[in-house]
Amino acid sequence: MAEPARFDFKQNIAKALKDNQLRNNLRSAMDGLRVKRQDVFDDALELEELRRYGNAVKERALSRLPQLLEQLEQKCTQNGIQVHWAETTDEANHIVLEILQRHKATLLVKGKSMVSEEMHLNRFLARHGIEALETDLGEFIIQLDGETPSHIIVPAVHKNKDQIARTFHAKIPGAPYTEDVEALNRIARATLREKFKAGHAGLSGVNFAVAETGTLCLVENEGNGRMCTTVPPVHIAVMGIEKVVEKLEEIPPLLRLLTGSATGQRITTYFNMITSPRNSGEKDGPLEVHLILLDNGRSRIYADPKLRQTLYCIRCGTCLNHCPVYTRLGGHAYGFLYPGPIGKILMPQIEGLPAAGDLATASTLCNACEEVCPVRIPIPTLIRRVRNESYDASDAAAMPGHGYRRNLMEIITWKTWALVNSRPALNRLIIKLAGRLGRLMPAIGPLKAWTQVRSRPRFAPKSLHQLIREKGVPND
Amino acid sequence: MPLYPPKPDKVYFFGTCIIDAIFPRAGLSAIRLLEREGISVVFPRSQSCCGQPAFNSGFPDEARQVARRQLNTFNRDYPVVVPSGSCAGMMKHHYPELFAGDRDKERAFRFSGRVFELGQFLTDVLKIRLADHGNPLKVAWHSSCHAMREMGVIKNAKALLAQLANVQLTELEREYECCGFGGTFAVKHPLISGAMVRDKIDDIVQTGAKRVISGDCGCLLHIRGALDKCGLDVETQHLAEFLWERTNG
Repeated sequence: MAEPARFDFKQNIAKALKDNQLRNNLRSAMDGLRVKRQDVFDDALELEELRRYGNAVKERALSRLPQLLEQLEQKCTQNGIQVHWAETTDEANHIVLEILQRHKATLLVKGKSMVSEEMHLNRFLARHGIEALETDLGEFIIQLDGETPSHIIVPAVHKNKDQIARTFHAKIPGAPYTEDVEALNRIARATLREKFKAGHAGLSGVNFAVAETGTLCLVENEGNGRMCTTVPPVHIAVMGIEKVVEKLEEIPPLLRLLTGSATGQRITTYFNMITSPRNSGEKDGPLEVHLILLDNGRSRIYADPKLRQTLYCIRCGTCLNHCPVYTRLGGHAYGFLYPGPIGKILMPQIEGLPAAGDLATASTLCNACEEVCPVRIPIPTLIRRVRNESYDASDAAAMPGHGYRRNLMEIITWKTWALVNSRPALNRLIIKLAGRLGRLMPAIGPLKAWTQVRSRPRFAPKSLHQLIREKGVPND
Repeated sequence: MPLYPPKPDKVYFFGTCIIDAIFPRAGLSAIRLLEREGISVVFPRSQSCCGQPAFNSGFPDEARQVARRQLNTFNRDYPVVVPSGSCAGMMKHHYPELFAGDRDKERAFRFSGRVFELGQFLTDVLKIRLADHGNPLKVAWHSSCHAMREMGVIKNAKALLAQLANVQLTELEREYECCGFGGTFAVKHPLISGAMVRDKIDDIVQTGAKRVISGDCGCLLHIRGALDKCGLDVETQHLAEFLWERTNG
């Protein structure tokens, strides 16, 4: 992941757009995911009902977040799960390290977890002599190449099979070069099997945590999540505090929304519900289960009732798949963990506007994300809010670093625009001048940017106002 | 199903800033279509812009100042007909949010309730019948995102085109996808915007149609500019102008 200080969005965009291979890989993958989603949600009314339900569940859960988290802690503790609270990613990393060191663990096998990416856990553990191995196939591939996920559900989506073939041959000892998908899968499977057996501890994320029962739900397709959470003697689950829901009965509809939106599946191959470590008399399962609840800026987002909607996200990634900007850039250009529409509203709030506020400029506000979001997050409205707070230096703004974009040039531009558009005579004069002199305007600033890919706008010799005066349409 | 008012005697016409300065014939055609249905059209001279450019760019105070100008201008109880899904979406769906907590909150609510997109008004309220006098022609249709996802009026536009007996409508393969205009986005991110519009014009050219019709002049300005820049021989036209041209006389 790019360090915020060195993040150059414009440069990343230019680089991504030049990469035709990347665009083709993305286009076909996103098209596939979109079509599969449409097929699995073939009843529009049922989908709308589900989305409303999903929204209501998350709204209710978030409105009682402190109480539900306490209930979750209490239930988990009763069930034998050890609960830890982490305010920062650094705290969370140290909790993981402490558990691993206590067990003298040097190999951690990991299921897919975006929160662990948020923590930069692998890098942290490596500094302490512990190997953290990604076992989700996509994550495994990008870990071999030293990359970060370019999509939150399909992390290696930017690569095609030939690129993966080269990576396996170069990075896995003894792996022959092959472009055969089955053979590639067999290589990954054989490599990972040995690691599952050898792993001293397993780590996973959490898709939903149920407060009333203390149950951790984990959605996956490869069985690696089940291996990580059952084979090693210690299981550590990491979750953002927003993942808690109130009741078990809320899980089936949420699961349907998640798998349908994410991969167009009615149900994933594996769905794990973890409620305790191995009980006496049981033959398998970890001896210890730890749950780490990570805040990392979430309680600040929670404090604002509008921004709180950002936390409804169930990380399905469908807003990425439907975003005309993401589809052309891929995830790496965004420079932060969460790319695409959800990233544009989440990253500026977590990392602060000066670091990540620019992400919100890269949207046409086409509303495609809002239309498909399974929990109905008003993403375009929140993108506008990020843009607004980027300029708002007053106390009314809530996001860290608000007002960072405030500059005299834009203030003058918009004040002038507002003046011209609220004084009818002035407005008519400007439009008239544009009609007469528009073609003489020098191509600098916005016009230069416009004419990079488009011919200059042709102002009409006579405006609609003028034509109408000549025609005699009533004014009142 | 929304309930529509009976056919009114009088409507306001909101011309939009882009039509005023760049596509005035689209505005004039829309007025003629309405007048031909026996409606008296009022065009208040003090109208300007719906405020969306500032609203979307993060300047709600400036947007509100300009939006308030429209509230003052369109102050009688007539329906407000808007030849743009995007400006109509702003006035219908975002004014209530823009004026939340403002002294004009209620006025903005009432105003929003009177806003109609042109195609929606022609079909659902006026139940217009069109007789096509033009030669056989194949056209492509571009759905603006806000007409599609905020106003939900694409079916209305297509129903109008379907009434033209000699017009063959071809659908774009990626009709649902944004053309990359996005107001100030087009100049803030010309590279992304350019990649998007080039895909859009490829899609248009693929259909073989020599004319592309849309209900939104923002998209048309963008698509026309990109077609011109690439030297492609495809015309762009607003739906109102096309309907008037095909059915007049």
